[in-house]
Amino acid sequence: MSHSMTFSQAINDALSTAMHIDKNVICYGLGTPDPKGIFGTSLGLQEKFGPERVFDMPCSENGMTGIAIGASLNGIRPVMTHQRLDFFLLAMDQLINNAANWKYMFGGNGGSVPITIRLIIGRGWGQGPTHSQSLHSWFAHVPGLKVVSPTTAKDAKGLLLSSIFDDDPVLFLEHRWLHNHTEEVPEGDFRLPLGKASLLREGSDLSVVSMSYMTVEAIHAIDYLHKECNVNCDLIDLRSINPIDWKTIVDSVRKTGRLLVLDTGWETLSVAGEIIARCATECFDSFKCPPVRMALQDCPTPTSCALTKNYYKEAADVGQAIAKMLNIEISLEPLKQLRGINHDVPGDWFKGPF
Amino acid sequence: MTVDKKTALELYSKMLLIRFCEESIAARYHSEKKMRCPTHLSTGQEAVPAAAGQALRSDDFVVSTHRSHGHYLGKGGDLNRMIAEIHGKKSGCSRGWGGSMHLIDRSVGFVGSTAIVAGTIPVGVGLGLSIKLKKTDQVSCVFLGDAATEEGVFYESVNFAVVKQLPVLFICENNLYSVYSHLKVRQPEGRSIASMVQGMGCSAVSGNGNDVAESYEKISTAVASIRNGNGPVFLEFATYRWREHCGPDFDNHIGYRSEEEFKEWKKKDPVEAFENKLLLDNVIDKSMIDELKSMTQALVDNAFELADRDEFPDFYDNSVFKEVIR
Ligand SMILES: Cc1ncc(C[n+]2csc(CCOP(=O)(O)OP(=O)(O)O)c2C)c(N)n1
Ligand SMILES: [Mg+2]
Repeated sequence: MSHSMTFSQAINDALSTAMHIDKNVICYGLGTPDPKGIFGTSLGLQEKFGPERVFDMPCSENGMTGIAIGASLNGIRPVMTHQRLDFFLLAMDQLINNAANWKYMFGGNGGSVPITIRLIIGRGWGQGPTHSQSLHSWFAHVPGLKVVSPTTAKDAKGLLLSSIFDDDPVLFLEHRWLHNHTEEVPEGDFRLPLGKASLLREGSDLSVVSMSYMTVEAIHAIDYLHKECNVNCDLIDLRSINPIDWKTIVDSVRKTGRLLVLDTGWETLSVAGEIIARCATECFDSFKCPPVRMALQDCPTPTSCALTKNYYKEAADVGQAIAKMLNIEISLEPLKQLRGINHDVPGDWFKGPF
Repeated sequence: MTVDKKTALELYSKMLLIRFCEESIAARYHSEKKMRCPTHLSTGQEAVPAAAGQALRSDDFVVSTHRSHGHYLGKGGDLNRMIAEIHGKKSGCSRGWGGSMHLIDRSVGFVGSTAIVAGTIPVGVGLGLSIKLKKTDQVSCVFLGDAATEEGVFYESVNFAVVKQLPVLFICENNLYSVYSHLKVRQPEGRSIASMVQGMGCSAVSGNGNDVAESYEKISTAVASIRNGNGPVFLEFATYRWREHCGPDFDNHIGYRSEEEFKEWKKKDPVEAFENKLLLDNVIDKSMIDELKSMTQALVDNAFELADRDEFPDFYDNSVFKEVIR
């Protein structure tokens, strides 16, 4: 059985399912039981599972991360949520010095740290420098952390359940613009393996590797190019940023010889750069043209909507990059029109300001 | 009347400016859709910012939070540049790069407000350290909300300010909420923030943050003591935000607080209370009030008009960023 639901309902469903299966799963974070329920993702959980297992917290991100670690060492599986990734930056000490290293620094005798940290990446309506940072590459850089970043509602549920029951610390990244994505989501204890990418489109002309919200823009571009000039691309949605599904990526590049990597973060030292480096070392001979990474230019997010317009990469940019790599001429006007005048909101469902 | 007439009028004018500015933003936010950034209004909390702005000198430093319009205006920050900033326009005080949550006007000592809770507390203490090193008699004032006292960096910063006896004034506006979370789910019931800070060795006083005269007196006393080299002071003022945490609407119906509670606090409207007091004490008459109000509204309306006519900043260009950062 499955039900049509939004990404945020799928998160809610996964949390509820996990708490049903295992009484050791607890959920907390600023605003978790409040009337908005973290964009709907935690609505009703406190009513269902009680205030001992679902609770609000003080504005103490670093301490509450260490507290999650401590509880997890004694069998609790905490799921902690932050309405913006940026707020969690106060907790880098506990995350990296403790959570990531715990298993290693006691020679494997210290037990594991099965915590899940949900981080929401903001975009649009002037989120600006401190409410929209997409720092998955930081987390993915650190050995001992897993980093998961679903694009679709079904993946969100399957991957969140696997993250919660994984024995390592997992950063679970949710792009704010995906919360309304709707599809059929399986009922019950539905899990997807961590570390496995998904192939959303298949083709032999070019490999597009993408993540999180950029995959939505990629789908528009790839479908348009297919319709207009019969270009066929592989579209690999990473889903997991650490570990990365290298086999799927390398196999695809061996097949197509062309690689475009899309990243929601900044360009320099990006995950996109790492993917290109890895492919260059593993299948250099397959490349028919230089690989391309498409990420944000290396500067903080501006607030003014006049400035974000050229800051973020959209379907038309993806289409243009693909066309250039394949040496084809095509009008991208229809792709440019996709977003309409209000480029700084994901759709009518998004009622600013947050 | 405990404050002199001139001061009283200035306090009243500052409160009016903050109130009219915030309420004009609220009235236009959804209908115009031109202020496209998260915006935290200070309506209901005008007294403390007005009092602090009045008690501090313009060469004293202020740092603030996500809810900083009042602090900025109280300190004398440029109204037009703030409204332009919220509109993402070129003449904005942060060039449109920062928005409502990132205000600055260094010409009046407003060093900056940022959006990460407690983020500017150590910065304000660092400004205090610089004042001590440079041996001037300035004061560094740190605005914070009740929730900021839950962050580790708050304790680290207060501790250092006490150890080094720095010229820092901490002003905590306790409005009972952090977004939709009441104080009681975040801090032990019955423990006052001020007495906790007192326990850290910092002189601490609490007061009624909806009474602008009382706030002014308490802040002035603290500022004088700090200027005299007696070390940091922490002030906790009880107050209440009227509108939703972020955005222009009222949200008492969604269930995190009651309409009754809101109404109780609305009865303690800091602007109206002071206005009545001024009338009663014959400091001001009805016609002067009307005149002040229409003058203030005209200033605010003009700021919106200027912001609307102003250009947007140039399309984002990395070289511009590098030029500023270098
Ligand atoms: C480190 C951090 N955590 C969480 C947030 C989200 N947030 C923004 S404002 C706010 C409420 C802060 O409450 P308080 O300090 O009492 O100030 P008030 O909004 O009441 O003026 C929160 C939790 C944030 N910006 N930064
Ligand atoms: Mg508060």
